[in-house]
Amino acid sequence: MAVKTYKAGVKEYRETYWDPNYTPKDTDLLACFKITPQEGVPREEAAAAVAAESSTGTWTTVWTDLLTDLDYYKGRAYRIEDVPGDDTCFYGYVAYPIDLFEEGSVVNVFTSLVGNVFGFKALRALRLEDVHFPIAYVMTCGGPPHGIQVERDKMNKYGRGMLGCTIKPKLGLSAKNYGRAVYECLRGGLDFTKDDENVNSQPFMRWRHRFEYVMEAIHKAEAETGERKGHYLNVTAPTPEDMYERADFAKELGAPIIMHDYLTGGFCANTGLANWCRKNGVLLHIHRAMHAVIDRNPHHGIHFRVLTKALRLSGGDHLHSGTVVGKLEGDREATLGWIAQMRERYVKEDRTRGIFFDQDWGAMPGLFPVASGGIHVWHMPALVSIFGDDAIFQFGGGTLGHPWGNAAGAAANRVALEACVEARNRGVQLEKEGKDILTKAAKNSPELKVAMETWKEIKFEFDVVDKLDVAHK
Amino acid sequence: MEMQDYKSSLSDTKSRKFETFSYLPEMADEDIKKQVQFVISKGWNPSIEHTEPANAFNHYWYMWKLPMFGETDINKILAEANACHTAHPKHHVRLIGYDNFKQSQGASMVIYRGPM
Repeated sequence: MAVKTYKAGVKEYRETYWDPNYTPKDTDLLACFKITPQEGVPREEAAAAVAAESSTGTWTTVWTDLLTDLDYYKGRAYRIEDVPGDDTCFYGYVAYPIDLFEEGSVVNVFTSLVGNVFGFKALRALRLEDVHFPIAYVMTCGGPPHGIQVERDKMNKYGRGMLGCTIKPKLGLSAKNYGRAVYECLRGGLDFTKDDENVNSQPFMRWRHRFEYVMEAIHKAEAETGERKGHYLNVTAPTPEDMYERADFAKELGAPIIMHDYLTGGFCANTGLANWCRKNGVLLHIHRAMHAVIDRNPHHGIHFRVLTKALRLSGGDHLHSGTVVGKLEGDREATLGWIAQMRERYVKEDRTRGIFFDQDWGAMPGLFPVASGGIHVWHMPALVSIFGDDAIFQFGGGTLGHPWGNAAGAAANRVALEACVEARNRGVQLEKEGKDILTKAAKNSPELKVAMETWKEIKFEFDVVDKLDVAHK
Repeated sequence: MEMQDYKSSLSDTKSRKFETFSYLPEMADEDIKKQVQFVISKGWNPSIEHTEPANAFNHYWYMWKLPMFGETDINKILAEANACHTAHPKHHVRLIGYDNFKQSQGASMVIYRGPM
């Protein structure tokens, strides 16, 4: 092997980090970046800079480079592709050797991949579009504490999606009144209710009081309906110590499920809490506040499909996915793409769904996508058709806004869901026959009839901002 | 429509539900047949279970014989469900479709309801 000599100074990145002949190894972690370079920066140089700055490189050569085998440890830009429909940017593919990342650490992976490189001057913008995690790395992560199959068994829910509701107003209720709202939803037929993400432990409702009243609501609703119920008790807290204290108390009270905000709380806290949940037999619902800050700009940030993969590795039994049909952002095909990353054992590359790499999840359990935001009974046929059974549909306003109250709103949603699933099983086309199915079901349910009259006209038809990249010429 | 009270209480045993499809009216024979057809079309293994309505909350109901592994004849499955119902007219009888690939139940529904 040729001996290298030390030569101080600045080298072009592409001399070291652009390697178009490289064939990625099975154990490499692969990333696809959408790179928008500054004017005059060649594509190969920009891609190589991304590879360098997200792995071993720094802006100048240092003598200690020669004490190790940098050719082994470096990330390599190995492919460049046009972005369909956009000439300002291109896709750059980077391969990283698995040794660069601590085992089981989503924190470490993202510190590298989306660290300093995102502020790099030679780039105008940078977006992490997709990441392939080699199975060798996947198996070092804990993943969902329980997963879909175990949750179905614990909650005794089969052959249909589950129903939830976020309690509103999201801020300001006393713990006792809050418990009342939970009880009404659950006795009416919902499977779950949920703390809003903003609800942590504010002066008007401290967490301990909320947990106690909510558990009384669950116990009574279970006795009354004969069905298993839960409420996502939000244990997101200012410090990990507070978080675990709340989780311990939830378990002590017999709560089947708790909740965490994985982006504001952070990957470290989330992974720790997921491990706690696995050890203690408590399900974990994951909220995603802050995601739109990171994933909505088509040129800069991290795509949600990557944040989805991060969560499946870090651990969670539910994750919000968008509804496709409600008030929040989400293109249908792209949404189906990241839902596949939540639920499937193996996901094949599929550009029509925005999936850039094959992804093998091995033995890691799948998790439930949660469709929440601006949905009501009229959306039910489409939701069942798009999501199938392994999903949770959350109707907040669509339950609490019922003219007769939460229990009636809950019953309306439950009847609508069951009518759609029953019809689908009989072979009926849901999105085509939706109105007939609901109208027929409403004959036996005055609660559903009133819900259908209340929300008939509501529609959300804004175009999505973040669309899949498609050719424009 | 005028506001209605939501009728449900601890003292009224009719308030007890039994999971999937328990918020819909009881199925007619023709509906049951279509659901059996669905279970078969998915490649799931049909199974019949039953229990006293008062014990419906328990995970484990009484199995009616063994799951009908590989059975694809709708009439045979319906005959077993009916035999279970005839033997236990006061019990809930449920149809399960065991999905052995997902290690879960792809379907589970009460097809004959015991008196509440």
